[in-house]
Amino acid sequence: MRRRVKSKSFRFRLYVAGDAQNSAQAVANLSAICKEHLPEGCDLEIVDVFREPKRALADGVLMTPTLVKLAPAPAPKRIIGTLSQTRPILDALGLPTHSPAA
Amino acid sequence: MHAARPTVAQAANRARAKAPTGIAGFDEITRGGLPRGRAALLIGGPGSGKTIFATQFLVHGARNCNEPGIFVAFEESPKRIVANFEGFGWNLAELLRKKLFFLDAQPSTDLIQSGTFDLSGLLAVLGAKAKEMKARRIVFDAMDIVLALLPDDTARTRELYRLHEWLLNAELTALITAKAAGGDSMAPGQQPFNFMQFMVDCSVSLNHRVILGVSQRNLRVQKYRGSGFDESEAPFVIGTTGFDVAVSRILGSTDTKLVNERVSSGVKRLDTMLGGGYYRGASVLITGVPGTAKTTLSGTFAEAACRRGERTMFVGFDSDGAEVVRNLASVGIKLDRHVKSGLLRMISARTITGSAETLLVRIKALSKIHKARCLVIDPVSTLSKAGNELTAHGVAERLIDWCKSDGITLVCTSLLDEMSSRTEGGTPLQVSTLADTWIHLNYLVQAGERNRGISIIKSRGMAHSNQVRELILSNNGVTLSDIYTAGGEVLMGTMRWEKESAERVATEVTEVAGKLKGVMLDAEEAVLEVRAKSLQTELVAKQVEKALLTRTTGSREREVARGRSRMRELRGADVAVPKRKESRP
Repeated sequence: MRRRVKSKSFRFRLYVAGDAQNSAQAVANLSAICKEHLPEGCDLEIVDVFREPKRALADGVLMTPTLVKLAPAPAPKRIIGTLSQTRPILDALGLPTHSPAA
Repeated sequence: MHAARPTVAQAANRARAKAPTGIAGFDEITRGGLPRGRAALLIGGPGSGKTIFATQFLVHGARNCNEPGIFVAFEESPKRIVANFEGFGWNLAELLRKKLFFLDAQPSTDLIQSGTFDLSGLLAVLGAKAKEMKARRIVFDAMDIVLALLPDDTARTRELYRLHEWLLNAELTALITAKAAGGDSMAPGQQPFNFMQFMVDCSVSLNHRVILGVSQRNLRVQKYRGSGFDESEAPFVIGTTGFDVAVSRILGSTDTKLVNERVSSGVKRLDTMLGGGYYRGASVLITGVPGTAKTTLSGTFAEAACRRGERTMFVGFDSDGAEVVRNLASVGIKLDRHVKSGLLRMISARTITGSAETLLVRIKALSKIHKARCLVIDPVSTLSKAGNELTAHGVAERLIDWCKSDGITLVCTSLLDEMSSRTEGGTPLQVSTLADTWIHLNYLVQAGERNRGISIIKSRGMAHSNQVRELILSNNGVTLSDIYTAGGEVLMGTMRWEKESAERVATEVTEVAGKLKGVMLDAEEAVLEVRAKSLQTELVAKQVEKALLTRTTGSREREVARGRSRMRELRGADVAVPKRKESRP
């Protein structure tokens, strides 16, 4: 379950719970955010907690969906939920709240 | 992960089984423990002991039931929990290697929320871990924390429902703890909490009150589907090895085996008064006002027990163990060598404060360690100190009940104040009604003296003396003595001694008088005998005299006759004399 987009700047890991509705929403919302706010693209890995529970445990992921920002520095950030509200996500990622396209 | 739902028959079978918690008392209240393969809820205010209860449940499963467990810590870090409970001697570190797993599920502080989320991740992680370590038990500690993260009641109820489903499938025995909003029970009207109450098969609440500065903890089982349980509030304490819930014996539990063996009270004549001593396993109450030698009498019992080689524990609330030993030595009760040999354990509990329940639990724990067969509590009235009035009676009941079921012979003293002693009314704890034998000590002030009296008020199942005796303490020990009643008054002490010696003198006088009388009679007898002898002699003399007289008279007559005929012969008269005789009339 890996989707690679050419970019070195942003690296994400999204934990989902199988085909749960909120997980699907998170995937969709994240793609939209990437498309809109990260024109250079990003490195995204999607992990299904049902298939790889040990990774979830290792990462301390207990709520789904959870988005973990691995890069760039500083410290990894976690965002839980369907990622439906864009603004707090952009704040957390340090991105301008207005899309560069606009 | 999504295992097939168990069949109805399987479910019914499971419902019968229970998972023991290893918590003393709780398993009795619930007749076996928490519902196996089901969820239970534990509610209580902060600091009420939820985490301890939950951890103990897991530890017992892992260590004693071969049921590995998982602890999901929402509130505290697992490291801190393990460190906090190090003192209970549960050896968590060793269990952690294989049979116990702590999941740190504290919500991280830098968590950013965007949109809705659920607990699937947690449950997936737990499912995998449970399978890996073959876990049978699981604890969700501080469920309220995770529920608070969820945006609304709908989400909370949904997640609880998800958890409920997951638990049913996983067939784990689960314990969910949650902070109560208002102390005793969940705040009503809160939807998710209501659902939580509904989803569990067993619900337990803990509360913690402070009465007159003394902490009183209580546990209550609120519901238990498909099982009977003890519904009343049960006091509990958090002791040195964890939870300890006080239970009164439940109706129908088997009675303890009775023995007819007697054990000495340590005072010979008291044993006689009791028809042989106390019964083994009996509870003996010694009451009296201060200074009536209650401690001494319990000391004689302890010494006698040690002499028989029985392990004994002496719990003194009034003075130090060493002081008791020294003081009792002054009346010839030598306890120090038994203390040295380890047979006798002196516990000075003077400074222990806390609820009566705490005291009982400590006494029980210490006695278990010492393997005591005989126990002295001096005085038991300490249990009803301020703040404990309400619970003390129950504690005393359980103390006696516990001693009986463990076959421990219990001697406890109880202080009676002057007022109640006069009427010999109930003791403050009403232990008197529970005790098998009740010995009462009192003072009698008379002729400028204070003397101790001892009497047996009751003694179940044995013939016992109705006499009041005097209790005498001396260097050589404790003895009992008869008392005197004279003119309706009881005599003790010096007056008794006076009476005794007076009686001794009187006896002597009587004896001497008797002897004297005997001697006098002997003398009289001798005199009479002598007189009888002399009379006899006199009689013989008279008889001889009489015989002599008779003889003399006869011979004189014959002499006279012979003389006449000789004269006639001499005068030459004829033989015609008889004629003369005829002619006379």
